[in-house]
Amino acid sequence: MLKISLDKLDELFEAISASQTLYIPTDREDGSAAYRKYESGMKLSNALNTVRSAKDFFFPQTENLVDFKMEGKNIEVIDVRKESEDFVVFGVRACDARSFTILDKVFLAEPVDSYYKTRREHGTVVTMACTRPSETCFCGVFGIDATAPEGDAACWSDGESLFFEAHNEKGEKFISSISSMLEDGDTAKLDEVREKTRSILKKLPLAGLSTESFGGDRMMEHFNSDKWGELSESCLGCGTCTFVCPTCQCYDIKDFNTGHGIKRFRCWDSCMYSDFTKMAHGNPRLTQLERFRQRFMHKLVYFPANNNGEFGCVGCGRCLSKCPISMNIVKVMKALEVK
Amino acid sequence: MNNDTLIPYIGVVTDIRQDTPDVKTFRVVSPEGGKVFEHMPGQCAMLSIPGVGEGMFSITSSPTNKDFMEFSIKKCGCLTTWLHAMDVGQQITIRGPYGNHFPVETDLKGKDLLFIAGGIGLAPLRSVINYVRDNRSDYGDVQIVYGSRSKDDLVDYKEIIDEWMADDGIEVNLTIDNPQDGWDGHVGFVPNYVKELNPSISKTVLICGPPIMIKFTLAGLKELGFTETQVYTTMELRMKCAVGKCGRCNIGNKYVCKDGPVFRFDQLDELPDEY
Amino acid sequence: MQEAMINRAKQLLADGTVNRVIGWKRGEFVYDVTPAIFETAEEIDAEFVYDDFTAANVSKYLVKESKKDGKILAFLKPCDTYSFNQLTKEHRVVRDNVYIIGIPGGPKLDAEKIKAKGITGILGAKNDNGTLVIDTLYGEEKMPYYEALSTKCESCKSKKHVVYDELIGEDGDILESNRFDMVEKLENMSAQERYDFWREQLSKCIRCNACRNVCPACTCEKCVFDNPNSGVENKAPADSFEENMFHIIRAFHVAGRCTDCGECSRVCPQNIPLHLLNRKFIKDINSLYGNYQAGEDTTSRAPLNDYKTDDCEASIVHERGVE
Repeated sequence: MLKISLDKLDELFEAISASQTLYIPTDREDGSAAYRKYESGMKLSNALNTVRSAKDFFFPQTENLVDFKMEGKNIEVIDVRKESEDFVVFGVRACDARSFTILDKVFLAEPVDSYYKTRREHGTVVTMACTRPSETCFCGVFGIDATAPEGDAACWSDGESLFFEAHNEKGEKFISSISSMLEDGDTAKLDEVREKTRSILKKLPLAGLSTESFGGDRMMEHFNSDKWGELSESCLGCGTCTFVCPTCQCYDIKDFNTGHGIKRFRCWDSCMYSDFTKMAHGNPRLTQLERFRQRFMHKLVYFPANNNGEFGCVGCGRCLSKCPISMNIVKVMKALEVK
Repeated sequence: MNNDTLIPYIGVVTDIRQDTPDVKTFRVVSPEGGKVFEHMPGQCAMLSIPGVGEGMFSITSSPTNKDFMEFSIKKCGCLTTWLHAMDVGQQITIRGPYGNHFPVETDLKGKDLLFIAGGIGLAPLRSVINYVRDNRSDYGDVQIVYGSRSKDDLVDYKEIIDEWMADDGIEVNLTIDNPQDGWDGHVGFVPNYVKELNPSISKTVLICGPPIMIKFTLAGLKELGFTETQVYTTMELRMKCAVGKCGRCNIGNKYVCKDGPVFRFDQLDELPDEY
Repeated sequence: MQEAMINRAKQLLADGTVNRVIGWKRGEFVYDVTPAIFETAEEIDAEFVYDDFTAANVSKYLVKESKKDGKILAFLKPCDTYSFNQLTKEHRVVRDNVYIIGIPGGPKLDAEKIKAKGITGILGAKNDNGTLVIDTLYGEEKMPYYEALSTKCESCKSKKHVVYDELIGEDGDILESNRFDMVEKLENMSAQERYDFWREQLSKCIRCNACRNVCPACTCEKCVFDNPNSGVENKAPADSFEENMFHIIRAFHVAGRCTDCGECSRVCPQNIPLHLLNRKFIKDINSLYGNYQAGEDTTSRAPLNDYKTDDCEASIVHERGVE
C-alpha cells in the first residue's frame, strides 16, 4: 500500500494546496475541531470529529442562488454562479463520508440541484479511518465501517505513516497527484491498528442499538406513538441538532434587499423551528411535539420509505454531544423500539 | 441560463381581473409573448416578487389555453397583498410547473365527473373543468357544485354563467352560505347541498376548498355510497423549493410539492394526519 | 443528595402537595442528563438523577409548567433561584403553582471540557479529592476536577438560594466571585483587539438559537428574530455581520434582567463565551447605577427601568468610547 510518513504531513498538505484549495480539520483554542482552509503551518487535528459536519462543503449554511435587479415594472434575473474551482476535503470520517451519499439522494434526485452537484463534482473527498471511536459513536448501526471509510480516496494511520487507497477515478487522480511523495509500505502494523479499532467498535456502548423497529413500513405505528409527548417535553426548539447533523438538509429560501438589488439566498433551516411550516393561514405543526416528531420520523421512517430502507442517520454522535438538553436520536430509538 | 429549477423565469402580468373582494385573477405571459411553460391541470407554479417573497399557486387556466396562464389569488399574506397591489405590465418571476396533476388522461377519462369547490378552492379545479370542456368527447357528464360565502365571493362568476352554464352536458349548482338580495339560487353550505343533490355514485369526484368543507363533504359523500378511491383533492402546505428538497411540505414521506398536490383520499388515508 | 431529593419528591407527590416534579433524567452515559417532568414515584425511582452533570437550569420550563393545573415541585440550585425570581418579577411564572426545594448547587461538570482534553470514550467519571478519574474505552484517565467544571460554575456568584419553600442541605452565602476578570481583560484590550476577539468568537455562530431558547430572560412569546415583519428575521447571515448583531441585540434585550446563570455559554455548540457579553452589561450597571443583581428579589426596581435624577448621563457611553 502507498504511504507517507506522518512527519511529512506538512509537505503533503503544501503539495496538495499548491494546486487546489485544501480543507483539513484543525484544533481550535477551546479544544474542539473545525475544518479550515489549509494555510502553511496548520496541523491536522487529532480530534475524532469536527463540531460542524463536512456537509458545509457541498451544502453551505448560506449561499446566494440568484440576484434580481428591479427597475420600474421590470425585473432582471442575474445568475450569480461563478466558475467553480476544484478542492480537496481531507480527513473526513466514515460517518460524514456516508452522509454525502445520503445528501446525494436528496440533491441529485430529479430535478437535480445544480449548486450542490457542481460542488460535488469539484470536490475530492479524502477520508480517514477512525482509530479512537468515542462512546457517542454508533455508525456501525447503520452499516458503516469506521475502519474502512468511503470517499473518493481513503487513508489510514498506523501511528507512523499514512496509507492511501483510491476508491474511484477522482481518488486515483488525487493519489497520482501526490504519488511522488508516496512510497510502498508494509501494512502489518496498520492491520494490527485496524483490528484493535474493530474490537473497540464492537465494545462501544451503543453498538447494540437496533434499527429493526424502524423503516418505511412503520409509518403510522411510530407517528401515532404516545411516546412523542414525553420525548419532546423538554426540547428547546433550537436548531443545534439540525445544524451539527451531517444529514439534515432542510433549507429556507429568502430574499435580501442590499439596497442595490435583491439577493435570493438559500440557508439551512430546521424543522425544529416554530415557523418552519407556518403559512399565512395556519400551521400543521403547531407544537414542539409535532416538530420534534417530524425530525426523527424523517430520519427513521420517511427517508427509508423513499430510499430503499436507507436511514437518514450516520451515527456520528454529534447530536448526542451537542443537544443542550441531551435529547437525541439514540434516546428516541430506544423509546420507540418495538419489543 | 436557466438550467436550475431554483432560478426563475420572468413573467409579465398582462391582465388583472377583480374576481371577488379579495380574489384577483392574473394573466401571465413570457416577455416574448405566449406561455412561459406548459402544464397539466392541477399543477402549480412558484410566483415571486423579488424582495417580497415567493409562493406556490395553482395554475387556474387550462393547458388547452395556448396563449397565457392564469392564477386566481386570494389576498391573505405578504406576497399576495403585494400581488394584489400591482398594475398591468408588472413583471414577476415564475418557475414551474410543479407537482403532479389530476389524472385527466388516465383515471378520469370517460368518467362522469363531479367537481365540488368552496371559495378560492375553485382555482385549481377551473383548470380541469376547462380542460374537460375543451376535450368534451373524452369525458362523461360534468356536474359542478360550487359554493361561497356570498354571491360576491364566487370566483369566476362571469365565466361560470356565460360559458359553463351555457355548455351542453354541464350542470352547475351554485350555493351561497347566507340569503342575499339579488340571489335566487340555492342557499346553504356545500356539504349539505351535495347531499341534497344526491349525485350518482358512479361519478368521480374532484374536491377543493377549506379543510372543514372537505371534511364534511367527504363524510357526506361516503354516506351517499362514494368510496375514497373515487375522490381526488389537492393539498396546500408551506413550500419553499417546490422540488421536494427543502423539507417542509411533507405529509409522512410524501412531499406535497412533488408527490402531490393531487391526492386520492385513499392515498391520504395511508399517511399521517398532519395537514 | 439524590436520595434525599427522591424521597422528598415522592412524599410531596404522595401527600398531594404537588402533582408533578421537574428534575433531571438519567441518560445513556454518565453525563447526558435531560430535564424531565416526573408524575409518579415509579418514574422517579427509575430515572431521576442529581449528580455532577445536572447543570441544566430548569427555571425556564416553569414559565409553561406553572400555568398548568396543579402545583409542580422544582428542585432549584442557587443560581437557578435567581432565574426563577427574575421570572416571578416579570410575571412570567405563577409563583403559587411551584413548590421550590432549594438544593446545593455544587460545581457541575461539563463533558465537553473533558473531551477537550482529548479524553474520549467516556464511560464514567468520579471526583477523587480534586482529581477527576474518568473511566474510558481506552482505560482510566485523570484530570484536575476544576478543569472539568462547566464554565458557569468556574465563577460561581452565589451559594445562597434567593427563593425556596424548603431547603435540602444548608443554605450558602453570596460569593466574592472572579466573574468580571475576563470582562476586565476585554476592557483593557485595544478597540481593535476587542473587535477581533468578538469577530472571531461570533463568527463561529451557526444561528441554532440554543442560547436564546435556553435563556430564562428570553421569554418573549414571539422573538423579533422569528418575526418576518421585523426586517431582522434571518436564519443565516445575509452578510457576515449578521450573527454578531443577533448576539449584541440579544445582550441588550436581556441587559438588567440577565441573572448571569450562564446557560447561554453552556449550551453553545460552538463554545462561544456569550456570557461575557451579559457580564459586561452587569458590570457596567454595577458601576454606573450601583450594585444590582437581577433575580435577587422580586420587588426592587431594576436600574434600567427606574429613573433617578442622579442617574448617569447618556453621554457617558460616548465619553468612554473616546478613551
